[in-house]
Amino acid sequence: MIRYALSRFLGAIPTLLILVALAFFMIRAAPGGPFDSEKALPPEIEANLRAAYHLDEPLVQQFGRYLLNLARGDFGPSFQYKDYSVTELIAAGFPVSLRLGGSAMILALLLGVTAGTMAALRQNSRTDHAVMAVSMTGISIPNFVMAPLLILLFAVTLGWLPAGGIGDGSPRYLVLPVISLALPQIAYISRLTRGSMIEVLRSNFIRTARAQGLPERTIILRHALKPALLPVVSYLGPASAAVITGSVVIEQIFGVPGLGRYFVQGALNRDYTLVMGVVVFYGALIILFNLLVDLVYAWLDPKVKYA
Amino acid sequence: MLRAVFLYALAALLVLLAGCTDAGPAGREAAGNAPIGGPSGTELAERQVLHRGNGAEPQSLDPHKSEGVPESNLQRDLYEGLTIDDPELGVVPGAAESWEISPDGTVYTFRMRANGRWSNGDPVTAHDFAYGLRRSVDPATLSNYSIMLRPILNAEKVIAGELPPEALGVRAIDDLTLEVTLEAPTPYFLGVLNHSASYPVHRGTVEKYGDRWARPDRLVSNGAYRLKDWVMQSHIVLERNPYYWDNENTTIEEVWFYPIENQSIELQRYRADALDMTYELPFRQLAWLRENLADDIRISEYLGIYYFGLNVTRPPFQDNVALRRALNLAIDRELLTRQVTNAGEIPAYGYVPAAAYYEQVVPEWADWTQEERLAEARRLYEEAGYSPDEPLTVQILYNTHENHRTIAVAIASMWQDALGIETELVNQEWKVYLETRRTKQDTQVFRAGWIGDYNDAYNFLEILHSESGLNDPGWNNPRYDALLEAASREIDLERRAQLMHQAEQLVLEELPVIPVYFYVTKRLVKPWVGNYRPHVLDHVQTKDLKILKH
Repeated sequence: MIRYALSRFLGAIPTLLILVALAFFMIRAAPGGPFDSEKALPPEIEANLRAAYHLDEPLVQQFGRYLLNLARGDFGPSFQYKDYSVTELIAAGFPVSLRLGGSAMILALLLGVTAGTMAALRQNSRTDHAVMAVSMTGISIPNFVMAPLLILLFAVTLGWLPAGGIGDGSPRYLVLPVISLALPQIAYISRLTRGSMIEVLRSNFIRTARAQGLPERTIILRHALKPALLPVVSYLGPASAAVITGSVVIEQIFGVPGLGRYFVQGALNRDYTLVMGVVVFYGALIILFNLLVDLVYAWLDPKVKYA
Repeated sequence: MLRAVFLYALAALLVLLAGCTDAGPAGREAAGNAPIGGPSGTELAERQVLHRGNGAEPQSLDPHKSEGVPESNLQRDLYEGLTIDDPELGVVPGAAESWEISPDGTVYTFRMRANGRWSNGDPVTAHDFAYGLRRSVDPATLSNYSIMLRPILNAEKVIAGELPPEALGVRAIDDLTLEVTLEAPTPYFLGVLNHSASYPVHRGTVEKYGDRWARPDRLVSNGAYRLKDWVMQSHIVLERNPYYWDNENTTIEEVWFYPIENQSIELQRYRADALDMTYELPFRQLAWLRENLADDIRISEYLGIYYFGLNVTRPPFQDNVALRRALNLAIDRELLTRQVTNAGEIPAYGYVPAAAYYEQVVPEWADWTQEERLAEARRLYEEAGYSPDEPLTVQILYNTHENHRTIAVAIASMWQDALGIETELVNQEWKVYLETRRTKQDTQVFRAGWIGDYNDAYNFLEILHSESGLNDPGWNNPRYDALLEAASREIDLERRAQLMHQAEQLVLEELPVIPVYFYVTKRLVKPWVGNYRPHVLDHVQTKDLKILKH
């Protein structure tokens, strides 16, 4: 298993390199530069700025320099936020994003799997229809619509929760962003669980278990749930990616100082190093998630072998 | 079992939600119907903490390395220049308690306050200001706004790297006397001294931490507040600087600045009482705001102009003044400001807003009825070689933004109705738009705006100087350049105003730009924010405000 993990890990390096190259040349191809502003800079100052950030060198040389620095774990200075380096910005933003995304994923798994299982056990009952109707709504309403509605209800009208920001860092500031981020995932996961649970419950080994007279609870928890969760586990990789990218919108709406906002703002400001840093970091993260999912998958399903 | 897990999860969520109901959104709910400020109306609240919306995340808190309005708002609380621009009194003493100007207007001698202190207790001296000004123009600092200090002797040469920073016309005669020598008499110079490019920085701190000094636990400042906390993309907290020379007249203990770019999101935070002051207003929700939050809306004059630039280096506007005039007259500015922008913007017939010591140019046609203007516009349109059968086709470029789109659509339809002009609207993302504008290749008409850095007409006129890097219409009129150069050297204020007035008249005759309206500042301010005074450059300093009992 360790050998498998290691080979997958090494295999990820070329993928990451291609990603770095694509991102590097694409952001440079965008018109406008990091130092363009409505107030034009005197040419001498612009030249100084370009030299200070090595933008006056040929592009290939800049790329080489970037790769060398990257190998040393240095993402470079931010062009826009001059008091910080990109590494510092990521180090400050990522724990916040992780806390937000992680809480949302846990909530989504907890509620999604439970609701999906309940719906499957009572197929075509009122519970089933209710769960499926709610999850359909969750999938259909995008979170940039849902989030302001939640703020309007819980913060502006009822005054129960903060409208945004992180304030003193207390968990209540995270409640609304976590719910907004989790809702579509709860919906997906409950539908997935329901579908696969129904299928598993019809299989021979469950029939055998029932024939042996095992209690229903044991059948569901010990025998049915594990195989029924396989599709959910394979969904976790893309779901984590969705939660991360989805958090761009949620972080903006709730003013949560995570990594997502740097993605958008970095691109708009042509903050080359910041955009690159976030892309590389996210890229590595998604590769890592997919690897973890594969490992968990193999653990859950004995049929899967490490090749 | 499963049901139990489900119920448990639900219960946990409810507990989580219920646990949050102990206080209001920011723990600052209004207490019943008691009048704001108590019976006297001036009683102060116990907690003197102000929450301000501040647009975007600041680029830096180093005053020499940032340029935007959000940065200026923060730095105006953190630092203090030699002068302060007061909403009612104009330029008043700041870190300098007084000054003398030589008879020829080129040497300023400032007397520093003996009780001036940095936020770490060190005295603020003339040497600090000399160091700050030199650092600001030093090319090694990579300042993007040092050009503001151009009036100071040798500043331009230092910026260009032709002279060392020590050659700047600044000298600390002793700890409390600072002498600044200018290239030429510059009547607005005192106003430049409350711009961030001229703020002092604490030498010991800058030298110790290099590029990374402007952070919590490091930053030392000389203003009424000092940096307490900075969570990127979330908030910046400033606390009172106990060493500030006027600390006893400062009321607010702590001020939180929030970078919220989206105006609707900002409005929601304001409605939830998480903000006391917003940065802006959502343009589209103005009618709703007037109905529901009328008392909180603060709209006041802002020294800025919204205009359409015409690229006069290429057809159809090159050498075609008649066409430019026709387009100018066909815009119904009264209708536009009343129906489209609708926040009290002032129709602009001239180009320079109401700046200090300056009489705005009001062109003759400003008094005409719209019918008279349209008749003249049609005549000029034909004179320019166009007719309804052979209409002009023109492109309007704007940076992607709902407000700009609405205004461009309105003006395009006015041109269409009045003259039959066919327009194509082109929107580009900000940086792309700036580049397109600057290259003057593809632009015909472009939307633009300019907000004064200091309260002086010259600020607006210099944009159109033929050598200005901001002259995106590409206009080149030697007479105009000569008038501006004469104005920049004139000591007599009245004579100087006349020269600038003549220059503005030239702009309005040749119209490389079509003025649309003069800006207003518009924001929401809670009724308990006391002593809020609008300022024409929107310098709202926290040290002047107070939180009334509510």
